[in-house]
Amino acid sequence: MKILVAVKRVVDYNVKVRIRSDGTGVDIANVKMSMNPFDEIALEEAVRLKEKGVATEVVAVSCGVAQCQETLRTAMAIGADRAILVESSEDLQPLAVAKLLKAILDKEQAGLVILGKQAIDDDCNQTGQMLAALAGLPQATFASKLELTDGRVLVTREVDGGSQMLSLGLPAVITADLRLNEPRYVTLPNIMKAKKKQLDVFKPQYLGVDVSPRIMTLKVTEPPKRKAGILVPDVATLVSKLRDDGLVV
Amino acid sequence: MTALVIAEHDGTSIKVATRHAVTAAAQCGDVNVLVAGYNSNAAAVAASGIFGVSKVLHVNAAALVHGLAESVAAQIVAVTPNYSHILFAATEWGKNIAPRVAAMIDMAQISDVTRIVNSDTFERPIYAGGAIATVRSVDPIKVISVRTTAFDAAPDSGGTADVEDLVFVAVSSDVIFVGNEIAKNERPELTSAKIIVSGGRAMRSHEKFMEVMTPLADKLGAAMGASRAAVDAGYAPNDWQVGQTGKIVAPELYLACGISGAIQHLAGMKDSKLIVAINNDPEAPIFSVADYGLVADLFVAVPNLVSSL
Repeated sequence: MKILVAVKRVVDYNVKVRIRSDGTGVDIANVKMSMNPFDEIALEEAVRLKEKGVATEVVAVSCGVAQCQETLRTAMAIGADRAILVESSEDLQPLAVAKLLKAILDKEQAGLVILGKQAIDDDCNQTGQMLAALAGLPQATFASKLELTDGRVLVTREVDGGSQMLSLGLPAVITADLRLNEPRYVTLPNIMKAKKKQLDVFKPQYLGVDVSPRIMTLKVTEPPKRKAGILVPDVATLVSKLRDDGLVV
Repeated sequence: MTALVIAEHDGTSIKVATRHAVTAAAQCGDVNVLVAGYNSNAAAVAASGIFGVSKVLHVNAAALVHGLAESVAAQIVAVTPNYSHILFAATEWGKNIAPRVAAMIDMAQISDVTRIVNSDTFERPIYAGGAIATVRSVDPIKVISVRTTAFDAAPDSGGTADVEDLVFVAVSSDVIFVGNEIAKNERPELTSAKIIVSGGRAMRSHEKFMEVMTPLADKLGAAMGASRAAVDAGYAPNDWQVGQTGKIVAPELYLACGISGAIQHLAGMKDSKLIVAINNDPEAPIFSVADYGLVADLFVAVPNLVSSL
């Protein structure tokens, strides 16, 4: 069985973003970029399934600018066999990405697609669900555990209040949550091997997909600032302040 | 313009989160509510009592009992042509279904809306709340998930809507519900609690976490939350996680104990009315958002706090 994993190149999670003073967006020039942490987790899961002998091939896909090739080389260093870049400098939004992934899924005929649950730049949490809808497939989002047996996948999902278990027939779309696994560190020998693995580049037109954005960003601004707080010297002072604020009796 | 709110319910009552979405919907147009469930008449009646709702659509079928995305989305898509806006509360349930609906009708979805500027323009946080984007959708139907902390909950009475029964739309989707493990919780629900006490990795173990935080939560009648680090380490259950990719909360009082205050955690609680932080590291980033900060050993300070209250 082939597993497709979608990975996104995003601003590294440690970076505190700066907003451009003209309000047109966030300044990402010269900022450290990394694979979206949830996508790393998705990829790790796929590679483990291959190592267990449940999957035969892991194909990593990314949609975006040419530099996404670096992200895909990292994916192959983690263990993806092959990679595909759908290259575009358009503002690719989740619906467009889902359409591109569907076109690739049709070509690759994968048995399972695993994505990160959300990208930490736009925080949309949509692509996996949209892909499932477009492909007419069942979905299991926010997965914290995955088991493949007898041609089905048993997924434990993190839900409000606890967890839920679903059994899905294949092919299916799964989105990875934080606790699905802990991704491995990439080793230097694997980085070297990844340079030789196959990486195909397509344009969206080749896949017959219209990627025009549906949502226009009018401006990007600072969030409301909290006024500065104070340090209190002891618990007694804290309690007295909370009483004055009417929050405790 | 008419907006349709997709109700989250347990068959009998409508979850508070939905009523926050109703308030947002009222800013978009007339408000209808869809209740899709099994033996959910009571929920439909409850929805009709929500203030500001002019009509309730009810679909009743066994296949809808667990609220799975494939089935619920199909019911919604059957009625979307009548609406300008489709709204979900941005709960795990809402976030699971909203994008599926949007893609089925070839529309974009706008996640986690915090302000309705006008019928096609919205504000939403990006980069873990580090920036606010004002966006405009060019699609004829806006599919939206609403950040519940940004809108008040519409009152649950005073509404006199009619309930209209819809025909169930069957879907063939290969997904089987196997089970749930939902914690029984006597405490207030995290996302709607007035007071939240939250623990971090400094708790060092599950036993210590519960030993230190439970008396505090009990004293204050608070919900209990946790940082990602605490949950990852097994000190607290996953549904207690507050943060960018966990629960977003904005209580009257958020008390962070032993939480350093990583950007991703702040994203989940920095809109709280009052923030108190107890941490033995004076450099901890949490102090930059705390209204009252106490630099102290939490294992001494928290029990002290409990006995002083």
